[in-house]
Amino acid sequence: MTLPLQDPQLAVEAEGQPSTRGGFFRSVLRERKAAVVGLSIIGFFVLLSIVAPYISPYSITQQTCAVYAPPSGAHWLGCDDGGIDMLSELMQGGRISLVVGFAATLVAMIIGGGVGILSGYFGRWIDIGLMRITDYLLVIPDLVLMIVIADVWGASLFHVIMVIGILEWTSTARIIRAQVMSLRERVYVKRTRALGASNARIIWKHILPQVGPLLIANTVLTIAIAIYLETALAFLGLEDPTVTTWGTILENAFQRTAISSGAWWAIVPAGFVIAAVIVGCFLFGQAVEDALNPRLKAANLSVHRWRLRPLVGRGPDAI
Amino acid sequence: MSLLEVEDLHVWFDLPQRSHHGGGQVHAAAGVSFALEAGERFGLVGESGCGKTTTILALMGLLPPNASLAGEVRVNGRNILAGGEDSVRAHRWTDIAMVFQGAMNALNPVKKIGWQIAEPMAFHGIAHGAAARRRAGELLEMVGIPAAAGERYPHEFSGGMRQRASIAMALACDPKILLADEPTTALDVMVQAQILDLLTRLSDELGLALVLVTHDLPVVAQVCERAAVMYAGEIVESGPMEELYHSPRHPYTRLLFAATPDLYGEDDVVSIPGTPPRLDRELAGCPFRPRCDSAFAPCMDERPVLLPVGAGHEAACHLTRQPAGEHQ
Amino acid sequence: MSEAPLLQVDNLVTHYPVRRSLTGRLAREPRLQVHAVDGVSFSLARGEMLALVGESGCGKTSTAQTILRMVNSTAGTIRLNGTDITRLSQPQMRPLRRKLQMIYQDPYESLDPRFRVQDAVAEPMLVHGIGRSRAERRDLVISALERAGLAPAEQFLERYPHELSGGQRQRVTIAAALVLGPDLLLADEPVSMLDVSVRAGVLSLLDGLRRDGDMGILMITHDLSTAAHFADRIAVMYLGRIVEQGPARDVVRNPQHPYTRALLSVVPHRDPRQRSTPQILQGETPNPVDVPPGCRFHPRCPIAEDRCRREDPVLRPPAAAAAAGHEAACLLA
Repeated sequence: MTLPLQDPQLAVEAEGQPSTRGGFFRSVLRERKAAVVGLSIIGFFVLLSIVAPYISPYSITQQTCAVYAPPSGAHWLGCDDGGIDMLSELMQGGRISLVVGFAATLVAMIIGGGVGILSGYFGRWIDIGLMRITDYLLVIPDLVLMIVIADVWGASLFHVIMVIGILEWTSTARIIRAQVMSLRERVYVKRTRALGASNARIIWKHILPQVGPLLIANTVLTIAIAIYLETALAFLGLEDPTVTTWGTILENAFQRTAISSGAWWAIVPAGFVIAAVIVGCFLFGQAVEDALNPRLKAANLSVHRWRLRPLVGRGPDAI
Repeated sequence: MSLLEVEDLHVWFDLPQRSHHGGGQVHAAAGVSFALEAGERFGLVGESGCGKTTTILALMGLLPPNASLAGEVRVNGRNILAGGEDSVRAHRWTDIAMVFQGAMNALNPVKKIGWQIAEPMAFHGIAHGAAARRRAGELLEMVGIPAAAGERYPHEFSGGMRQRASIAMALACDPKILLADEPTTALDVMVQAQILDLLTRLSDELGLALVLVTHDLPVVAQVCERAAVMYAGEIVESGPMEELYHSPRHPYTRLLFAATPDLYGEDDVVSIPGTPPRLDRELAGCPFRPRCDSAFAPCMDERPVLLPVGAGHEAACHLTRQPAGEHQ
Repeated sequence: MSEAPLLQVDNLVTHYPVRRSLTGRLAREPRLQVHAVDGVSFSLARGEMLALVGESGCGKTSTAQTILRMVNSTAGTIRLNGTDITRLSQPQMRPLRRKLQMIYQDPYESLDPRFRVQDAVAEPMLVHGIGRSRAERRDLVISALERAGLAPAEQFLERYPHELSGGQRQRVTIAAALVLGPDLLLADEPVSMLDVSVRAGVLSLLDGLRRDGDMGILMITHDLSTAAHFADRIAVMYLGRIVEQGPARDVVRNPQHPYTRALLSVVPHRDPRQRSTPQILQGETPNPVDVPPGCRFHPRCPIAEDRCRREDPVLRPPAAAAAAGHEAACLLA
């Protein structure tokens, strides 16, 4: 029964703002520098990975320099324990790391998004059942389970992708479920149901587009976690050692006494790029999540105040 | 000297730089002036976006940081806005208090009602501890709630009771002026009658000056002796309620009444075509012209000014300058 | 010629169970019911507008939700064009939903913000398989928008909801309802969230629709003035029952139930000279979980007698002179 509180400035602002998903991301990029920085970092590494085989200066399978040779004009980042050029290794190792990260995230998103939507939309027994499964997986320590699985079924990239994917969907599921539950109560959803629309149609046309941005934000954040986990697994020696990823670079360096040899170039660059990608994902993902939050106007907590203007003359021509 | 004098009040809101408007301002309230005596009930009427809520928020200096203000708000002759936020704070709640729109939903859910009523008393140094709680109890009785209910939490109250509690809270520091923003909009008609009756009684018994802001014309007609009609941030007509209904001098006032169905009314209910103008642009001529049914030549370019049309009755319309009978 | 009325509701009852906490269940607390709709009967003919009036908690929205079959009734029957739809399953209801549409209160929430106007109005057709081609559906969308008063319709097709005013959004919702050619329209507070200057336009639209389209409209509102002005008949609800119903004019000018009388007396008038003496009832409407015995209004009734505590009155024509079809549920009427 209440009339909407018409804030005159909201009325003006609301005009002409695009509602399409593309428009939303464009406005996030426009308004938040962090999002631009994050996306640029991710983009840079993706691009680098794609062109890596064509631009890496040396081969990564053949020795081209001395063991632990320090950085020099020929080898910008020096060489590792096998005499292989560090820079080339980083470039090409990034391909696998990113592929594992993205693939594992894709698995996690499909499961998490699906569980979240089904749980949130249908409620009752489906919700209870799915949430109990979620809880069960949530409390299992990720790394320990991954170690066990990698140990039992062998170390391969495919296993790593599946394991990360199957364990990382839980928090996404909860977040999506919460949003779907509130969306389900929106008037336009109820209206469409009263029309006789099928559940499939409502989910596909009305719910999914609305949870899209949140799902994407979550996806990006999960990529960061997946890359980190891949690194951890590789570092613990649970990944295929014949494959070169950033994680195996670190693992090799550690195993082959790079630190005591003083060969920082075998460790620091790899760690740096991993951190950079994770930071990039976080910056972009957080920016999108913040943008999705209802406006958090801390106006009254601001140190600024409303301003007083002097009146110039009176009557209709004043100010 | 009246108890409350508002003179030439203007409020602008800055629009965010990075939006597609690229900055600029919304002129939410323009040249609002009115005066109020003790015990008087005054209505500020208009539809959404007309600037009535902005106006009364400005009276208490409760504007966000992107707002700028011009004009004077005098309480017993003293301009309380003169020093900005710091000067107005001393007068908030002690001289002017407000019952907000949706106040019943703005109560702190984790604090007892009695505590919330006593809080402003402690802040302004009027009463503390047990004395404050006792006074809170008295205020609750005054608004028709048993004093013992002060020990309960908001969720244990019904909507009507919560609104009464909000009124009690507004009276905590014994203000002379009470601003009520849509106090009964979300309430049932019977509860609305109870609240309006309460406000009327408080105004009579305590000599409170009441400014009632609402879009609901019949509510104002019943409670207030005088009212001002706002449109696009300006007062377009103001005067005694009876004059506004029986001899409106601004087409918007006339049409607004005609658009309100009456229980026993036989006339057709009308609607006003079009929408209110955007307030972020300069307006040429009369802001109501695009929707007016009596617009004529001067309305295009000349901005009408509030001119007296009767005892205590003003209207901002070019029609008032025509000799009587020439235009309907 | 006796044709079944468009809508016939008989002794409709909808109770919602109040969920008990775990401790409550262990302590075997009695199961409480919210008596949202507690025995409602009325009929609606084609071309008629019936206003269901009452305060919050009286059950008017629950009645509409039950008729719409969005909520299952506990007892009673609902007949649409003579067909009993009370116990039909959702798949069975689907084809019938073309004839039964609802308009909601909040125009700002009724439309999916990502759907353009043409998508919003075309959706019902896609759901029910109407229109064989895009072009055909587009024509139907345009004619529905024009019927809803949005002209020229072509200008509105590509717009998003946030580009429209509240009144325009409500008209789009009405167009989306009209595109299926319904017989019965349920309107839940269709104008209460719109500005005063726009309300009459939307209400006149509904009025015109039921006349020209031979539709029946069940309007739910708390605003007695609106009901008095636009509806043919008014039914006043209190705590899940209809306490008075009849021709709008007669109910408003010649109320027979003390609740109706009190309600009418507190409605403010727009003429400041017409200040009626309001009969303000004490307290607020009791919780529908706790329905008083006997006449459910007796605790607040100004003229309650002893027998009102024991006997539950039924809707019947009053003893005093009243128009045909005017009934009140009061032992003293």
